[in-house]
Amino acid sequence: MRNLSRRNDIWTVITIGILLIYTVILVYPLFTILKASVLTDGGFSLEYFQKFFSKKYYYGTLFNSLQVTIAVTLLTIIIAIPLAYIMTTVKIKGHSLLQGLIIISMMSPPFIGAYSWILLLGRNGIITNFMKDTFNITTPDIYGFTGIVLVLTLQLTPLIYLYLMGALRNIDNSILQAAESMGCTKFKKLYKVVVPLLLPTLLSGALLVFMRALADFGTPMLIGEGFKTIPVLIFNEFISEMGGDDAFAAAISVIVIIFALTVFLIQKFIVNRKAFSMSSLNPIEAKKEKGIKNILAHGYVYLYVALAFLPQLYVMYTAFLKTSGRIFVKGYSLDSFKIAFERGSDAMLNTLKIGLIALFFVVVLAILIAYVTVRRRNMLTNLLDITSMVPYIVPGSVLGIALLLSFNKPPLMLSGTVAIIVIAFMIRRLPYTIRSSAAMVYQISPSVEEASMSLGASNIKTFFKVTLPIMLPSVISGAILSWVTIISELSTSILLYTGRTKTMTVAIYTEVIRGNYGTAAALATILSLVTIISLLLFFKLSGKKEVEI
Amino acid sequence: MSVTITFKDVVKRYGNNTVIPSLSLEVKQGEFFTLLGPSGCGKTTLLRMVAGFNSIEGGEILFNDQVINDRPPQTRNIGMVFQNYALFPHLTVEKNVAFGLENRKVPKQEIPGKVERMLEVVQIANFRKRLPENLSGGQQQRVALARAIVLEPDVLLMDEPLSNLDAKLRIDMRNAIRDIQKNFGITTIYVTHDQEEAMAISDRIAVMNAGVLQHVGTPQNIYHRPANVFVATFIGRANIIERPCKYENSKHVIELSEGYRIVLDHLDQNYRKNSVKISIRPEEFIFSDDDEGIEATVESSVFLGLNTHYFVVLKGGEKVEIIQESNIGKILERGTRVKLKVKVEKINVFDRETEKSITKGVVNDAESI
Repeated sequence: MRNLSRRNDIWTVITIGILLIYTVILVYPLFTILKASVLTDGGFSLEYFQKFFSKKYYYGTLFNSLQVTIAVTLLTIIIAIPLAYIMTTVKIKGHSLLQGLIIISMMSPPFIGAYSWILLLGRNGIITNFMKDTFNITTPDIYGFTGIVLVLTLQLTPLIYLYLMGALRNIDNSILQAAESMGCTKFKKLYKVVVPLLLPTLLSGALLVFMRALADFGTPMLIGEGFKTIPVLIFNEFISEMGGDDAFAAAISVIVIIFALTVFLIQKFIVNRKAFSMSSLNPIEAKKEKGIKNILAHGYVYLYVALAFLPQLYVMYTAFLKTSGRIFVKGYSLDSFKIAFERGSDAMLNTLKIGLIALFFVVVLAILIAYVTVRRRNMLTNLLDITSMVPYIVPGSVLGIALLLSFNKPPLMLSGTVAIIVIAFMIRRLPYTIRSSAAMVYQISPSVEEASMSLGASNIKTFFKVTLPIMLPSVISGAILSWVTIISELSTSILLYTGRTKTMTVAIYTEVIRGNYGTAAALATILSLVTIISLLLFFKLSGKKEVEI
Repeated sequence: MSVTITFKDVVKRYGNNTVIPSLSLEVKQGEFFTLLGPSGCGKTTLLRMVAGFNSIEGGEILFNDQVINDRPPQTRNIGMVFQNYALFPHLTVEKNVAFGLENRKVPKQEIPGKVERMLEVVQIANFRKRLPENLSGGQQQRVALARAIVLEPDVLLMDEPLSNLDAKLRIDMRNAIRDIQKNFGITTIYVTHDQEEAMAISDRIAVMNAGVLQHVGTPQNIYHRPANVFVATFIGRANIIERPCKYENSKHVIELSEGYRIVLDHLDQNYRKNSVKISIRPEEFIFSDDDEGIEATVESSVFLGLNTHYFVVLKGGEKVEIIQESNIGKILERGTRVKLKVKVEKINVFDRETEKSITKGVVNDAESI
């Protein structure tokens, strides 16, 4: 459909330019990590891979990660299906507020969740102590596998929940009524009709949860203790006190990428076979339920939201407690905030600075990439499309190591700079922002752009005067979501930061590790407030009650 | 200034798939010209080639004597009206109309006046501050029209502009479009699949099928003297029957049924083959009051007020449709035996193999280029 003379226009130049950027900041680092993993003293060798699979201490982490990710993925699905189904079909009191809280619980940094559960159920946690002192009961151990699964499940359930809410909106009520008219009701209706209709969505949500759970670093680091997962192993091997082993960390990274890629391809294979499309003229409406059904529905939703949100609220509460050295004492004070601002103001400014710079590049690149991949389909843009989605399966810690190994010597001496963190944030966030931007471009009819051209506007003028202004409202709300995820990033910044480029998440993490719980809580509270305010702004601007990740 | 548009052996290909094999045509200056055809016949493709949104794989398109093949859409000085209107959703009505003027570097102080006059012409001035989403379909269409015409383009292109409107509004709008086009005298190419709309609005119509022009002519000529069987059946309704044909005493004689022969003096004098296809429109049948005519049996009827449609089976088993002005009396019942005559001077006759018309009076501009 394209005119010959327009094939070599400005958009081709932009596509090639962005591909070059990706080659330098993503393809080259991944290649470097692959090279580092198989080269010993200049020669090819699989020594590091042998090392990994020879000791249980090493390969055990792979099984640990596998256990965690599978458990988390299954649990999130099991919890999210009834949650989404109830929220769609039953009138729940405080629906909008609950929806908001669920989203906030998802958007806050996962390790703050881990930290909050340590405060509640850890060795010195208030529930642990309360149970021991009052009833002489020993609460179950929160550290290790249980804790990681608990925290990640609560953190990631909203992800599948939001996917499901979207899919449920696309189910036409008449399908359910048809099922009922044929005698298929209640639970039978749920698992024979609703769940199969949700299956493709469930699979894509599950993949996202799987990748997040696999890549998460902060949670197992804080609450995992002896139970090491792969990202923790990579981190330890890379930043070992006795001089890290870059090549070995690289080899583990390669194993993780292969593992993630395999899961990704299997999921794509299944989804492609199960794909169908739905559109609903007559969406399901929430009904007022009565009696036990109503109580159960409310109970389930409230219990989930309480579990997901209250621990974080407790962290905020502890920020206002009086501290003496490292322990909390009776009474309230704002001292923790005072210390937080004294010690953490650099980190706050860094987060603001790095976050905004990264956000700028994310938004600009995402719009351009989304536009060329949707509107100018050709070999080059397909290549760009695939390249930009690669980070989806590369865990943050792996990306961090790849960047450090690639940019630690001239001419691209970036380690320790703001630039390297900006690059990392950019690469990690782009796949999501591109996807939501592409959805916006799809909604603009090509004939609107053609109208502009027929009225004498050049290609580039058409983009800036017509396409971009139409996209703008969604771009702004998309940018807010990107902002929220960028400021809560930990797994790459923990590897890339130096004294001058410490971010808030790193600061919180180090305060927790040092045991300065008051300061950590104060910093976490500030970060959470920024997140909440940003999200409220998002809801206000977009008029939506949901987010797309 | 409006222009003459000339198509010389124009070819459109998508990869190995040839959509338009070779098309030649001339659209006259100031003419309202319609491309009509079933969906997928290439009419929109052709329009978009004129606009510059589709590439041209062979031949030339000229505005007057200028070849425009490689000119980008921005410089062709066209006005285009899209099926979905394609209004800029973020701009008000007046900003939409002013958009093109701003691109054309029209002096700033002249723009409001031009916009205002144009909004008056399309009768939408009251809504100038509104966003497109707050307008009805018909109003949006008027804005789209104003936006295209305000530039005083050489060529106005319209791609099924009325297909998203309801039936009544469609008639109002097509009259409005026709009036405005005549006032401005812009050479216009209009694409539609609605034959009634095409006939009501056009100076000339090109009937297309599978990328090939079938008949280019005035609405009357296309209706009364279709160039081939496709055009006869596509425009209006036509019953096609095959019959033997003889040439006697320098006239053609066709035996429609045993004992009912018609003598035609409006066929090609040089035609000598002995089998033809005949197109008889439903209104060209007459119920015979004497014994002469084709024997037929009424199968069903539909009463539509002004007219009554009958579906009858001829003696040979062919099913045909007949339209009669409704009478006060009873509608013929199923099973009624009738005799049919035809309005001889109105019917069209085609060669059996080529399906081309052998009737005199066909004016097909597609073949004269």
